[in-house]
Amino acid sequence: MTTATMNPPTPAQASTPARVYKDYGQPLWRRVLLTREMAIIGLLVVVTVVSFFTVKGFSQPVTLGYLLLDVMPILLIALPMTLVIITGEIDLSVASVVGLSSVTLGILNQAGVDVGIGIVVCILVGAVAGAINGFLITVVGLPSLAVTIGTLALYRGLAVGLLGTTAVTDWPKFWTDLAKAKIGGTTIPVVVILFVVLAIVFAVLLHFTPFGRGIYSIGLSAEAASFSGVHVNRTKFILFMLTGTVSAIAGIYYTLRFGSARGDNATGLELQVIAAVLLGGVSIFGGRGALHGVIAGVLLIGVLSSALRLVNVTSDVINIITGVLLVLSVVAASFLAWLRSKRVGPGGRKHGGSSAAKA
Amino acid sequence: MLFHTLRTAKARAGAVAAIAVTVALVATGCASSGGDTSASSSAGGNSGNLAITFLPKNLGNPYFDTSDKGGQKAVESFGGTFQEVGPATASPDAQVSYINTATTQGVGALVVSANDPTAICDALNEARSAGVKVVTFDSDTDAACRDIFINQASAEGIAKVQIDLIAKQIGGSGEVAILSASANATNQNAWIEQMKTYAASQYPGLTIVDTVYGNDDDQTSFDKTAALLQSHPNLKGIISPTTVGIAAAARYLQTSEYKGKVALTGLGTPNQMRDYVNDGTVTAFALWNPADLGYLAAFAAKALIEGTITGAEGDKFDAGDLGSYTVGADNTVLLGDPYVFDKSNIANFDF
Repeated sequence: MTTATMNPPTPAQASTPARVYKDYGQPLWRRVLLTREMAIIGLLVVVTVVSFFTVKGFSQPVTLGYLLLDVMPILLIALPMTLVIITGEIDLSVASVVGLSSVTLGILNQAGVDVGIGIVVCILVGAVAGAINGFLITVVGLPSLAVTIGTLALYRGLAVGLLGTTAVTDWPKFWTDLAKAKIGGTTIPVVVILFVVLAIVFAVLLHFTPFGRGIYSIGLSAEAASFSGVHVNRTKFILFMLTGTVSAIAGIYYTLRFGSARGDNATGLELQVIAAVLLGGVSIFGGRGALHGVIAGVLLIGVLSSALRLVNVTSDVINIITGVLLVLSVVAASFLAWLRSKRVGPGGRKHGGSSAAKA
Repeated sequence: MLFHTLRTAKARAGAVAAIAVTVALVATGCASSGGDTSASSSAGGNSGNLAITFLPKNLGNPYFDTSDKGGQKAVESFGGTFQEVGPATASPDAQVSYINTATTQGVGALVVSANDPTAICDALNEARSAGVKVVTFDSDTDAACRDIFINQASAEGIAKVQIDLIAKQIGGSGEVAILSASANATNQNAWIEQMKTYAASQYPGLTIVDTVYGNDDDQTSFDKTAALLQSHPNLKGIISPTTVGIAAAARYLQTSEYKGKVALTGLGTPNQMRDYVNDGTVTAFALWNPADLGYLAAFAAKALIEGTITGAEGDKFDAGDLGSYTVGADNTVLLGDPYVFDKSNIANFDF
């Protein structure tokens, strides 16, 4: 508001017709605080504080450790999934890649290959699985929904087919201990460090690089993005490869944490990931969303189910509550966008424009 | 502030430093909040804490509804608190968060039917080191992860009851065939071996003429039953030690000329077999009683909590209406002989 000089130039100023525009339509505090991301973070804080004081057992430090271990695969995969959904695409094959990576690690371990080498192979398998998705979507030009429904079945089928109904359960203690190790004397698992590193990488990539700006512009209009010099297909291809790679990492973690490689590991995880991403304020139509909201969304679902389990609410009711929350958050965004469009009078400028309306 | 627009190395270093500081603050914030609370409410000791949580493979499964009802009856009879929790689907890892929750709640004992023998192992051991007693039933984990396993039936018991049933139904002698699951199913093959040995020693007139495999597939089992009756015209009875097989065979017999002439028995569930028992296609079949299984598991949990037993071989404990039980090898308690279902009692079961 400080530099707002929108008044018609007075005669005295006519000689220097310098019109100064505001950098932003709204003041900083509004842009930071009145967002969906902040609403989710606020809700997360409220739920955590309320649970902390009212739910017996929630305040114990072990709860935090269990909670982080539980949501870790979702947290990891939500990072690249956010980027994919912001481009307006979707990847439903992530949980199957988790299963495939789990089985790959299992088979290599069974064959006596060192787990360290197995991990590298798994990450490669994940990258290839993601690249196949990316190839079909960007080069062949098929819709991502159709392609990844197909590879969801394909990768899961491969995983179950490779290992059958058996499970590989004989793991070197070093690796399974590492997956469950805690930082120092706290109850925070070491794997959180991996997540924090990846979160920083993805946050910088999405919010502070031209590549990231390209992701948003693709989501708003792929054609316009293409004309403004964004490599649309290359960007999408890279994102699908990243999703595959991170899913494979989640698969490795999953396998080592439970000490069991099975073809049906993490079945249905893709929907939990997508639900958390949408709850975190990412628009399913693309072009809108931020990583801090998504991370809060994942944690919100985690904290809620953890607290509800502690008060012995059954899994069905937990699902109902999560579902209602998700629907409400989507409806609230649309409602706010509608409200905003009503408030702008005739001839007024639309704040936030099309992106908000789409959410 | 696009990363690449920060022209100088200084500005870029500043941005990285800012991120690093933020992360450090967040991380330490989490750490201290974790540490502060360590003194607060930790669940009290477990001696005499008769809070028993049942964790079946999944909820909404009639078999486990029955077993958990048995458990509830037992827990209420000795004045404990019964709780049933569980995931909606029986996926390998889904039980872990429920085990963790029970650990945090500080329950006295956890009675689990494991979806995966290994995946829940660490969670169970964490619970045990926090003082929670762990009883597995129906489906065991690795022996190192639980205090006691309640085994529903032994191979000898299963073999014996099926041979006894078929011998009674065909009058002690005649040709009998077996409709099994798959040729390499370890448990099925063990039972069939036991059946042959037991039949040879107890019923010399009874000959097992053929063993066919329906692969636990309804249609295959149905076709194999038809083929069996074609190729053995003197066949007097069929034993199917698999729930899929016995239901398919019963469906074939019900609509064929062999109904009432060829006897059928084996392992089945009351809901699958109800029609066939009521219309006389099948006289009697066997399985264990899941309600008794849950009942016994609850009493084993009570004995462990109260320190009456430690789960070692030879330990004895009282199991209410079921009488007294002794812990066998591998910390296993055997429920007893399989339960025989027939027209007189099938209406009492819903699983």
